[in-house]
Amino acid sequence: MTAMIKPFLSAEALSKSFTLHSQGGQHLVVMHDLNLQLAPGECLVLAGRSGIGKSTLLKMVNGNYRVSAGRLTLHFDSEDGSDHADGSDYADGSDHADGSDSGELELSTLPAHAWHVLRRDVIGYVSQFLRVVPRVSTREVVMEPLLSRGAGEVEARQRAEAMLARLNLPERLWDLAPGTFSGGEQQRVNIARGFIAEHPLLLLDEPTASLDAANRDVVVELILEAKARGTAMLGIFHDEDVRDRVADRLLHLEATVLETSCLETTNTGLENTGLETTGLESTGLKTTSPTTEETE
Amino acid sequence: MKRPELDRPALLEARGITRLYGPNQGCQDIEFTLHQGEVLGIVGESGSGKSTLLRTLSGLEKPDHGQVIYHSQEGSSAGQAGELDLYAISEARRRALLRMEWGLVHQNPRDGLRLGVSAGANVGERLMALGQRHYGNLRAAGQDWMARVELDPRRIDDAPRTFSGGMQQRLQIARTLVTQPRLVFMDEPTGGLDVSVQARLLDMLRTLTRELGLSVILVTHDLAVARLLSHRLLVMRQGRVVESGLTDQILDDPQHPYTQLLVSSVLTP
Repeated sequence: MTAMIKPFLSAEALSKSFTLHSQGGQHLVVMHDLNLQLAPGECLVLAGRSGIGKSTLLKMVNGNYRVSAGRLTLHFDSEDGSDHADGSDYADGSDHADGSDSGELELSTLPAHAWHVLRRDVIGYVSQFLRVVPRVSTREVVMEPLLSRGAGEVEARQRAEAMLARLNLPERLWDLAPGTFSGGEQQRVNIARGFIAEHPLLLLDEPTASLDAANRDVVVELILEAKARGTAMLGIFHDEDVRDRVADRLLHLEATVLETSCLETTNTGLENTGLETTGLESTGLKTTSPTTEETE
Repeated sequence: MKRPELDRPALLEARGITRLYGPNQGCQDIEFTLHQGEVLGIVGESGSGKSTLLRTLSGLEKPDHGQVIYHSQEGSSAGQAGELDLYAISEARRRALLRMEWGLVHQNPRDGLRLGVSAGANVGERLMALGQRHYGNLRAAGQDWMARVELDPRRIDDAPRTFSGGMQQRLQIARTLVTQPRLVFMDEPTGGLDVSVQARLLDMLRTLTRELGLSVILVTHDLAVARLLSHRLLVMRQGRVVESGLTDQILDDPQHPYTQLLVSSVLTP
């Protein structure tokens, strides 16, 4: 991936901290001064041990977590369309007329109501776990992102069924609410729902975690197809095989975060060489993991 | 990709609303804008002032200070085009608004229904208030809406007092939505219902708000209900909004000590 292409998403000096008021106002820094650029058609995979802030970053981009400091910016085409000649235009034909002349959209200060359209049309998020709504059938769960954009019932149904079939989810399950499904089945419903709407930016939080090899292959195909469409992707994959097949670049969060979350400890010569950092890592884990894991 | 249009038109604005019955009883300095197509949840414990706020917003209770501004579809003579100051217009005008463009779903369906007249008449009544008189059309609308809220249309001639609580609540929703209101106020719509009945109602409300493009202001103390239905939340405590934002942002990354306490107190089965 060349650096010539204008990024679709960028983070500058991005930081995230939590203040836990119920625990004496404890202040936890989980991310400090993170910088990244993500181009259309690129899959950037976040790496680093658990608790380091990978999911936190995805949640900040998706608006679930507030940005504590720094900038998180989406770069759309300018109104005059003079720049951005890399073919990443989405010919979705929707009306994006907007009064502003700048294509930049700063997410860290975006008012809450502006996120609705952004999540519907721009940012897609495939989390590890499906948030099950009682009584809503699998088919409807997958159709919903299309219906919310005003797609017709018939078209949405056909595309949802095609996606579910592709992910090898048995047809007899389509009419059922996914609440009672196995972890792998729920995850495939989640993937179908995440990929069906073809958002130009996709956030993938371990989408293959509980899948068998055949279904992992389907997800890899979906990711590669999305890439070919120009989708920018930010992902977390613990499965190294999947990671190698989809990643254009790896971003190691280790260095960025350990530096700060371990400020209290002696952090001279913090290298990522296993044994030396073990002690420090466990210290870091203690401070960071309660926040990132328990706020799910 | 071009930058999408993110701002939807404003529908209702609370401008510095205060309505107090006593110190910290009621709501104070409430300021927000509801945009078209948004479902805004107001959460907080009982006594936090959320029901007072809802009554004030929905034209039932005049605030001590502040304005409720509604952006009507029709042109307005006063102020900007279509901007109505809810408590500056006449009582008759306000009532007409409630009848024609707004809907109100009470927590207790008995407050929103006429229990003695048939289900069909309950649904048809708001249509008749809008001038529809054709019996066949009213009956057809009644049956259609009963089916949409999953009530057996064959029970159109039965009185709601013969219905269960969950059925009554669905009938109240049918009665409210039959006139296709632009803005619906809901006060604990699933309160007092069994969990299984509640799930069915929630699912129905989600579908209807999406299909009809409804804007909703929803008062609930139940964060799970708020999570399922609302796009955005206001968290109230002692009459004031202590935090507001995207629903999952409030629930996943609460900032205010009170919101953190509220979120961490929820039991997840």
